[in-house]
Amino acid sequence: MRLARLRLVITAIAALALVLPVASITDAQSKGTIKIASQSPLSGGQAVLGEGIKLGAQLAIEKQKGNLEKMGYKVDFVPFDDQAKPDVGVANAKNIIADKDIMVVIGHLNSGVAIPSSEVYKEVTLAMISPANTNPVVTDRNYVNVNRVCGRDDVQGVVGSEFAHGTLKVKSAYIVHDKTQYGQSIAEFFKADAEKKGVKVVGFEGTEEKSNFDPLLTPIKAKNPDIIYFGGIYDQGAPFFKQAREKGIKSKFMGPDGMDSSDLTKIAGKAVVGMNYTSAAGPASALPKAKAFVDDFKKKFSKNPEPYAAEAYDATVIAIKAIEEVAKTGKMSREAVSTAVRKVKLSGITGEIAFDGKGDRLKAQYFVLTVASDNPEKWGDNKIVKQLTIAPPAVKK
Amino acid sequence: MDFDLLIGIFPQVLLDGLTLGFMYALIALGYTMVYGVLEFINFAHSEIFIIGAFVGVEILLSFKSAGWLDVLPWVLVLFLVLVAGMAVSGAVAVVIERTAYRPLRSAPRLIPLISAIGVSFFLQDAIRLFESLWRNSFNLVYPTMDVLNHRFELTETIDVSVKSLVVIVAALIMLWSLHTLVNRTKVGKAIRAVAEDQAAASLMGINVNRIISLTFLIGGAMGGGAGVLFGVQYSLINPYTGFIPGLKAFTAAVLGGIGNIPGAMLGGLVLGLLEAFAASYLSLLTGGAFGAEYKDIFAFSILILILIFRPKGLLGEVVRERA
Repeated sequence: MRLARLRLVITAIAALALVLPVASITDAQSKGTIKIASQSPLSGGQAVLGEGIKLGAQLAIEKQKGNLEKMGYKVDFVPFDDQAKPDVGVANAKNIIADKDIMVVIGHLNSGVAIPSSEVYKEVTLAMISPANTNPVVTDRNYVNVNRVCGRDDVQGVVGSEFAHGTLKVKSAYIVHDKTQYGQSIAEFFKADAEKKGVKVVGFEGTEEKSNFDPLLTPIKAKNPDIIYFGGIYDQGAPFFKQAREKGIKSKFMGPDGMDSSDLTKIAGKAVVGMNYTSAAGPASALPKAKAFVDDFKKKFSKNPEPYAAEAYDATVIAIKAIEEVAKTGKMSREAVSTAVRKVKLSGITGEIAFDGKGDRLKAQYFVLTVASDNPEKWGDNKIVKQLTIAPPAVKK
Repeated sequence: MDFDLLIGIFPQVLLDGLTLGFMYALIALGYTMVYGVLEFINFAHSEIFIIGAFVGVEILLSFKSAGWLDVLPWVLVLFLVLVAGMAVSGAVAVVIERTAYRPLRSAPRLIPLISAIGVSFFLQDAIRLFESLWRNSFNLVYPTMDVLNHRFELTETIDVSVKSLVVIVAALIMLWSLHTLVNRTKVGKAIRAVAEDQAAASLMGINVNRIISLTFLIGGAMGGGAGVLFGVQYSLINPYTGFIPGLKAFTAAVLGGIGNIPGAMLGGLVLGLLEAFAASYLSLLTGGAFGAEYKDIFAFSILILILIFRPKGLLGEVVRERA
């Protein structure tokens, strides 16, 4: 019985071995397939943003693959779901590097997922272009294959605290974070700069709680800070802010770009109207050349592009341009694509993009926005109250 | 240290802890009752709990789109939702027992346990599948009912929301009815008899299978009711939300003495209070060295201590005599 099954397996393997070379022969008639992968959460609480990244990349490939196809390549898009979990991201990354056709990864949404996953890409110098990872560590490791088209948290945190201190004139702040690499570090940047400016930080708490914030909010209410800053993502921030208002807390609210999703108002409703958040990705409506992109996106997917969809689009266009450059030399390799990505200069829909020596965007944009309405459909109408273009800080040794 | 602050927030923390504790107590009953009759842990109970929350949100959302939410009196709406959540969760629990546990009843103890974990995963993803197809969303939010958010200001820092009162009152009614059912009725006597000795109970003319089904129905209904209350109180739910409260409630059941119904109630309250006090006070008392994030570590350390000195839990297991 067992022996028979073993024999079956061996036969199957032999059959596969016969088929495989045939498949590659048929491929060789063209120049082969080039795949671009995306990694972002497509399921779970942060899927709204992750789906936006995937669709942005998909749209870019459909629009821009013409040149490569003329050169004889077949261009495919392979989306992966990292579930916003580091372990899943790394497991996907291992599958990605095993597929020799994948030349670039567009992703991730979460810095805490991107950092370990990019260690895997680095093994084979597979280029990663991030639309959304703002944690400084992402590029500060000086990897040749890691780039991002968005800004950095050490700048974004300061933009936030400057706004809180300078414009909102707050005297005291209570800071809460989600204990992830992204949330905690931006909260720390906010805290450090706020303290330097003389804002009294009356509390600094981390929490992984997702539903019951009562015990956390009681001391906050007693301390009655001018502003509450939540370093984290909307799926946790929204119920936090909602319960804070329900508890009668009257402080102003603020958060980083993790709050930048229509789901924030879908969950928290009226509680977050008027709250400020910083972003390293402006609303598509504010971007100079984004109108055509928004129209195309709406036509194709019949919904509004979420934040980072435009960044994902630009990141993918950069990937395609780099692959084209390499294709012209005729020697397609991951190393060559990584080198080419760093050299691409693009006038994209999010502005001028060029990378510095460690993969940061030379002139990244930062925004401070105000939530305009409790209707999630109107998330795109959020008002920009401040817009800055800041170069990445000098490399710290 | 700000002494006034510590004293000032005390009543509020007590209240938050009680609200949470009653919720844990309701869920813990499901674990403890099933353990009482079958001596195994029904790990799918956390999903039975969250199914109640999903039934609640679906009904409230459909009421809202029909415009009934503003017309009907809120007590009636809540009552309907609570009953529906309890009915569906109870029914699901019975079906699970019939399909996933009864065929394994004579198997070694570990087998139904593994089956329970499997059911738990199955239910999580079944809910996720259903909600993605039906509403195309992962997080669901309970519609706001303004009456429930009304607050009675007691002092400047302390107030009671109608929500918390609703949770506490509903939980008390449910716990009291269960207590009466188990201790004062014939059916309750049968449940206790089956828990004590199945074989002897069946010799006395008790239909053991029916009583076990009934136990699942009651435990599931309590869990479903807790789910609705959880949704009303904390408003955001997703298919995986049930896991952590389920785990905590299981802990509460062990803390009170698993298999012991008053024990589950007590364990739930103790755990809820411990958690609330740890989350609110840890960072104040330690000057920020230990933040609210350590609340679970603190609560569970206490649990370990209690179990070291009282291995059978606070109230101990119901005495059983087995040959």
